[in-house]
Amino acid sequence: MLSTPSTSHVPYERVYEPAEDSFLLLDTLSSSSETAFLSQRFPSTPAQGPSSPAPLILEIGIGSGVVLAFLTAHAQALFARRDILTLGIDINRFACVATAQTVAKARPQSGSSGAGYFLGTAQGDLTSAVRPGQVDVLVFNPPYVPTAELPSLPPRLLGGDTDDKVTREKKTTYKEDSTLLALSYAGGRDGMEITERLIAALPDILSNRGVAYLLLCAQNKPDEVKGRIRGMKGGGPWRAETVGTSGKQAGWEKLQIVRIWRE
Amino acid sequence: MKVLTLNFLSCAVKSCKSSSDSFPLHPKDAELVSDDVELNQQLLVNLLPRIDWNALRTTSTELGFPQLPEQPPTAEELQADAKMLKDLHTLLMETQINEGKLVCGHCGHEYAVREGIANFLLPSHLV
Ligand SMILES: [Zn+2]
Repeated sequence: MLSTPSTSHVPYERVYEPAEDSFLLLDTLSSSSETAFLSQRFPSTPAQGPSSPAPLILEIGIGSGVVLAFLTAHAQALFARRDILTLGIDINRFACVATAQTVAKARPQSGSSGAGYFLGTAQGDLTSAVRPGQVDVLVFNPPYVPTAELPSLPPRLLGGDTDDKVTREKKTTYKEDSTLLALSYAGGRDGMEITERLIAALPDILSNRGVAYLLLCAQNKPDEVKGRIRGMKGGGPWRAETVGTSGKQAGWEKLQIVRIWRE
Repeated sequence: MKVLTLNFLSCAVKSCKSSSDSFPLHPKDAELVSDDVELNQQLLVNLLPRIDWNALRTTSTELGFPQLPEQPPTAEELQADAKMLKDLHTLLMETQINEGKLVCGHCGHEYAVREGIANFLLPSHLV
């Protein structure tokens, strides 16, 4: 059992608290079938063929950073190699700050450990600032709850120099905090409005050997989503398979992790 | 944010994506900090084939680091060159951009970096 990173320092009033979905990602990514898939996809030992380039792992919507810290700290156990790079992006600057701390706490300082290499975090809208074709493993725990409307970031928290005071002194209003949390779960129609944008970017963002892990809930209509992914253009053929599930409810899996890759 | 990250980012403005000038972003008024990281030769060797060397040369020069050779070393050359290993390790794995701006060479948009975190959110008129 690999240790779960501590997130006791994270301000949960404005950053998503690790929950069943986060833990399903940890369980799935550390399952023997996924670690076998990943170490074959990104071989690093002579037995598996010539060493492949160092993989870039990108998590979108990092929240507390529990998943990114887990991937970074346990690189050797998960990927059978230490030379992985990890990067996190979130629309919420507080999540970026929290994640940097979560990774620092989870990643032991000693060089003999099996930890990978953390590049940092950035504030951004999904993968808009990521250079095409670079991402080898993309992890996304999206805002998946169906909602009537999509929240938008309070202008004061959008960035630029004017928000220095707000974020440095952590003086957000209660309403701004609520909006920051809503951004982490509110998915609009079918809970899919944000996820659809991410899926549309996959052919561009993923490297040829790239693989994405996407969390879906039952209301997202996961079978239809997987069908659409399999029909995507941009290399391929595209594969989309459920590789982890949790929370059986009346015969339905409440949450699932879909692995997406080019054959 | 480690300097290596600049090799994986480009301008967030949609109409910039097709322009070669939107990559790499150019650091401006950058305040650098350095982390103590143990040198991992295997990591550097396995980074080589995935790095855009020309972009890295640009970044290195713009941040005031020694000029990198025009051509990237081969894996064998790198393994045999202790100085090159150390230089690349310092630049890519130890150096962080803590404050400053990242500027797009195509549209001129400046992305702020504060406390090591770059902000790529765009004002509504650029989305
Ligand atoms: Zn631009």
